[in-house]
Amino acid sequence: MMRLPRFQYFAPRTLKDAAGLLSHWGPEASLVAGGTDLWPNMKRRQFTPTRVIGLRGVPELHAITGSPSTGMTVGAMISLTALERHDGVAAMWPALAHAARLISTPPLRNMGTLGGNLCLDTRCNYWNQTLEWRKSIDFCLKKAGSICWVATSSPRCWAVSSSDTAPVLCAIGAEVTLLSTEGERRIPVTQLFRDDGIEYLNKRSNEILTAVHLPPNGGEWRASYRKLRRRGSFDFPVLGVAAAARLDRGVVVEARIVLTGVGSRPHEATEAAEALVGKRLDDPAAVATAVERAARLAKPLDNTDFALGWRKEMSRHHVAAAIADLAAAG
Amino acid sequence: MKLKLHVNGAKHTVEVAPMKRLLDTLREDLALTGTKEGCGEGECGACTVLIDGAAVNACLVPTCQVEGAEVRTVEGLASDGRLHRLQRAFLDNGAAQCGICTPGMMMAALALPKKSSLEQIRAGLAGNLCRCTGYMKIYDAVAQFLAGEKR
Repeated sequence: MMRLPRFQYFAPRTLKDAAGLLSHWGPEASLVAGGTDLWPNMKRRQFTPTRVIGLRGVPELHAITGSPSTGMTVGAMISLTALERHDGVAAMWPALAHAARLISTPPLRNMGTLGGNLCLDTRCNYWNQTLEWRKSIDFCLKKAGSICWVATSSPRCWAVSSSDTAPVLCAIGAEVTLLSTEGERRIPVTQLFRDDGIEYLNKRSNEILTAVHLPPNGGEWRASYRKLRRRGSFDFPVLGVAAAARLDRGVVVEARIVLTGVGSRPHEATEAAEALVGKRLDDPAAVATAVERAARLAKPLDNTDFALGWRKEMSRHHVAAAIADLAAAG
Repeated sequence: MKLKLHVNGAKHTVEVAPMKRLLDTLREDLALTGTKEGCGEGECGACTVLIDGAAVNACLVPTCQVEGAEVRTVEGLASDGRLHRLQRAFLDNGAAQCGICTPGMMMAALALPKKSSLEQIRAGLAGNLCRCTGYMKIYDAVAQFLAGEKR
């Protein structure tokens, strides 16, 4: 039986109070949205904050506003179920609704939120274990230790970015609002992440991710998402590929390909996407070049499910499939 | 801390730590032991209950979070000693083996739309593991219940 450690819980009713509490308690405090990531991690003593600030009671975080022509703003506390079922979101960016539907399980999607999925802790076979397990082999870099067990000579932590919505939001050019007592700032989702398993977010410790801004789409953009995992449910992505393209009379004007599950942040395959520009999505040579370039970027380490070599090989297949999905979406 | 809970249509006041898991409050304070603990980390679905009609894992819900919400557990199915149609369907189809996943399966099934296809049932129950692997009979039972069939 796994019990939570002791901590003090705050349930602010306004964003101002939430930001104030976070600023007051600093790194001692954790924010919690749906709790589907934080509570199990706390039960395994991966995190032991002495204060937890619950965002459920803040009404502003529970709204979806806007339209496909102006773009939409999704509150950070919108559940993944509400996101996947929202008609406006599904009409504008079906790939986002699709990615949300592929996250964990129905009960966990009822609890888990979009903001929480973006801030999801990085994962590793040597990290997502109980305290006793981690202690028995000696703690790793990510917490309390001095070694990375997946790359023992590595000076950095290689825990893996495992959010399904993050690559899609990067590919479609979404932005997030970060709020603190000092004010708020809005940054592209691509700039939210850092290539480090420990400090994986460019969110300051006093900031709250309050909203996700989806750019307008009147049909000129297409997007897709492919996910690799062992089971059709429960599992985090071992590999995820998001693709997006803006077309003009069948020819790609702008394209983005983003890989997740292969590093500590979602990786944008810029050169791969460039191979598609000026071409049709079913141009075999352009697609082959894009696949080759994107696959070169996928350098997974042996710290998730599945054999390493096979995961590398599958990056090729999934990039091709994500591009084929774009072509078929027309 | 005193918390007011609505469980299976009845009002309760419990004196619990606000962060006590809803799973433990149900089992220990309200003696509703029908809800089972499997993994305790949201990976099995054995503790699935309905909160305002939505299926959630009770092992990941702090009790203070459900104040004012309507909680439904497996004990809320049968009434006056008569089985709920869903329970009858599980019985008719031999859908329970060891039984530990059964309450969670039933609560997840209750949240499914009527006339769900087999594919929708499978997707809807994808958060509930059966360690006896008796999924086919569970799907049969849920399909029978959702189709409103009577035998």
